Amino acid sequence: MAEKVGVYVCHCGSNIAGMVDVEEVARWAGQNLQDVVVARDYKFMCSSLGQAMIQEDIKKHGLTRVVVAACSPHLHEKTFRRACQNANLNPYLCQLTNIREHCSWVSTDRAKATVKAKAMVAAAVERVKKQQPLEAMYVQVNPATLVVGGGIAGLQATLELADAGYPVYLVERRPSIGGHMAQFDKTFPTLDCSACILTPKMSEVGQHQNVTMFTYSEIEEVSGSVGHFKVKIHKKARYVDEAKCTGCGICVEKCPRKVIDHDFESGLGYRKAIYTPFPQAVPRIPVIDTSSCIWFERQKCRACEKLCPTGAIAFDQKDEHIELEVGNIVIATGWELFDCRRLPQYGYGRLANVFTNMEFERMCNAAGPTGGKIVLRDGKTEPKSVAIIHCVGSRDVNSNEGCSAVCCMAALKFGHLVMEKTQAEVYSFYIDMRTNQKAYEEFYQRLLEEGMHFVRGRVAEVTDAARRPEEEGKLIVQVEDTLLGKQRRIPVDMVILMAALQPQPDAKDLGIKCGISCSMAGWYTERHPKLDPVATMTDGVFVAGVCQGPKDIPASVAQGAAAAARVMGMITKGTVMIEPVVASINEELCSGCRICNNLCPYNAIQYDEEKAVSRVIASMCKGCGTCVAACPAGAITGAHFTNDQILSEIRGALWDAQEASAPAPVEVSTSSKVVSAS
Amino acid sequence: MNQPNGTSTNQDFEPKLIGFLCNWCSYRAADLAGISRIKYPPNMRIIRVMCSGRVDPTFVLEAFAQGADGVMVAGCHPGECHYIEQNYKTMRRFYMLRNMLVQMGLEPERFRLVWASAAEGQQLADAVSQMVEQVRQLGPLRWPANWQENGQRLHALQTIVKEHEETMEVPQ
Repeated sequence: MAEKVGVYVCHCGSNIAGMVDVEEVARWAGQNLQDVVVARDYKFMCSSLGQAMIQEDIKKHGLTRVVVAACSPHLHEKTFRRACQNANLNPYLCQLTNIREHCSWVSTDRAKATVKAKAMVAAAVERVKKQQPLEAMYVQVNPATLVVGGGIAGLQATLELADAGYPVYLVERRPSIGGHMAQFDKTFPTLDCSACILTPKMSEVGQHQNVTMFTYSEIEEVSGSVGHFKVKIHKKARYVDEAKCTGCGICVEKCPRKVIDHDFESGLGYRKAIYTPFPQAVPRIPVIDTSSCIWFERQKCRACEKLCPTGAIAFDQKDEHIELEVGNIVIATGWELFDCRRLPQYGYGRLANVFTNMEFERMCNAAGPTGGKIVLRDGKTEPKSVAIIHCVGSRDVNSNEGCSAVCCMAALKFGHLVMEKTQAEVYSFYIDMRTNQKAYEEFYQRLLEEGMHFVRGRVAEVTDAARRPEEEGKLIVQVEDTLLGKQRRIPVDMVILMAALQPQPDAKDLGIKCGISCSMAGWYTERHPKLDPVATMTDGVFVAGVCQGPKDIPASVAQGAAAAARVMGMITKGTVMIEPVVASINEELCSGCRICNNLCPYNAIQYDEEKAVSRVIASMCKGCGTCVAACPAGAITGAHFTNDQILSEIRGALWDAQEASAPAPVEVSTSSKVVSAS
Repeated sequence: MNQPNGTSTNQDFEPKLIGFLCNWCSYRAADLAGISRIKYPPNMRIIRVMCSGRVDPTFVLEAFAQGADGVMVAGCHPGECHYIEQNYKTMRRFYMLRNMLVQMGLEPERFRLVWASAAEGQQLADAVSQMVEQVRQLGPLRWPANWQENGQRLHALQTIVKEHEETMEVPQ
């Protein structure tokens, strides 16, 4: 039976009509393409009038297939599918072809663009005739949510969801939640104390009846899909019984082994072998670091065990592997600091008084290793002059091309704190000052008035090789002042490097586990950079905070809340639609060769030993089609992307190639040839 | 195999390319090229597949058989596949198929594998421009016509198709 195809060519105002002769495309399709019964062009197909036109034609002409030549299916496929569905046409019998992004916007020659648009329409018409009605599948959404990362973005998402009454599992890699914000002293531009605004949120999460925390834990495996993810968590042994520990801290006090804390204190302070990272840690349950504990080193000591009043120390504790079921996942894994040793010209790790921004945060912090005193590496001398170098490892093609977004403001904050706590002169070496959020520019003005010196230019080198007497014993910052247009050597006592924010080193691994991708810079890719900043290409997986790209605390909080709102929307709706684009195996044709079994990354193909055939588990299949292409017997069909559909599309796309050269002698027997004249 | 008459006249020749673009990276790269108004020649007709791993070698052969002068397969960068690792399978297939096509007399420039992430509209546009130029220099492929002219080759191909059909038959 011949299909009745309707073709609708959109002008998109002048976006398409400006480069493609849309009237000609519609006229041509109506006259030349087989089975096309109606072909129209219209100003805006996606408008309600455009949609109504299609729906009317479906009823009037009894259309069985619809082709819309307009914009990207990623933009409006849903719109037109819905329009068809409302006119009682199966939504999978509607094909969108992208003559805007892929044709009019990228072309410069109107005649050639029109030919291309015709080919694209012909391809879509040939394809749509082979399309099959499909029924979308619906699955229940598990109301529980997994939040990965206990920094400020993750905490915000957790609290929003928990307060709304939904269960949340919060997984944090470190022994305590809080993230980088817990390490900061003050927050810009208001200069309110970071801990004062963060710790109430931390304890709220810790005590919330709807929140289950897994600290010192990592995601091991994620399977399933939106609505019903299965997550395996690797909970590392703390060697402290969480049920018995009261967090009194006697074990930490009595532990004889002191080591440098490279994590929380950024290498400036010490911690014990049994420790909580900081006093306000949530949970307040210590962790034994097996690499420094005397018992794990040489089977001696056990002081903590002897002195623990509740008998909570458990040296025989084992790692646990916990399985959870959740409906949605929020990833808020944050960032790590750029390793300044990669830029040896700044002398970090070689020149004692060169500090990183995180070291300086800890130094400024009243609860930090120096009690909030700004001192040189010797621990007592107050600097008389301080240089702050911007963009260390950011805006640099040799390390990270992007801007780290927060360092300009953090540098201003540092300048203020140095001048407040010491008498030092402060120099800021910047490329561009970026203070483009609410009240940020005002803060910059304030620092200008407070007397911070700003030198525009990228620092060439920090050295201790003095050339002049006044440079003796100092660090010399060599820079081209691009406003003065000359080289300067500025001797200072202390240098602070504003190191870049970088993706977590294992961000990609977690991305692969959850089925989301990273940008070239390594940040997680959102579904749409402007219109969908917290969703990802994988339904049910959301991103929030710096793991999606460098941003400050307010933006991270906003994203955490936004991700939670999206999750709540899914939970409230109760069910979620799954595209029926999945593979299926014809058991009659399957020879049981099992080639497909190993190709599937989701283990969605199972082998039936008894019948010696393979079988696809539809709920686990994501529809990539790799098995379809690989099956030597042609036994696997990929719904909505069948061989027949794609081969027809190829033939349609090459409608004009066949005119140029003689038809292929070995023709696959199909009736779907493009007619050259009506 | 085909040395068209007078290679210097190829400037007027408009090659027809078929591009198989994966839904997640390369198709979006092409979308981005459009959104960014990056210009590239209108010679490639794009066919969307969910993953570059879906590209059955038959599709490529069919495109050439239908008169395409070149075929591009584009997917996510290795390690960035939306389906975890399926583009590695594309890679394996691509080189195998290209070897075969070269043995059949096809210039390797006519069949190309491109990695383009969703952020790489410019790179994809550059790859298309470059390939169009290369194929333009090579001239028309005229595979279907060539087959007809060359009786032996036609016979060989028909035999292959027949054999394939036999193996596909399902014993009832």
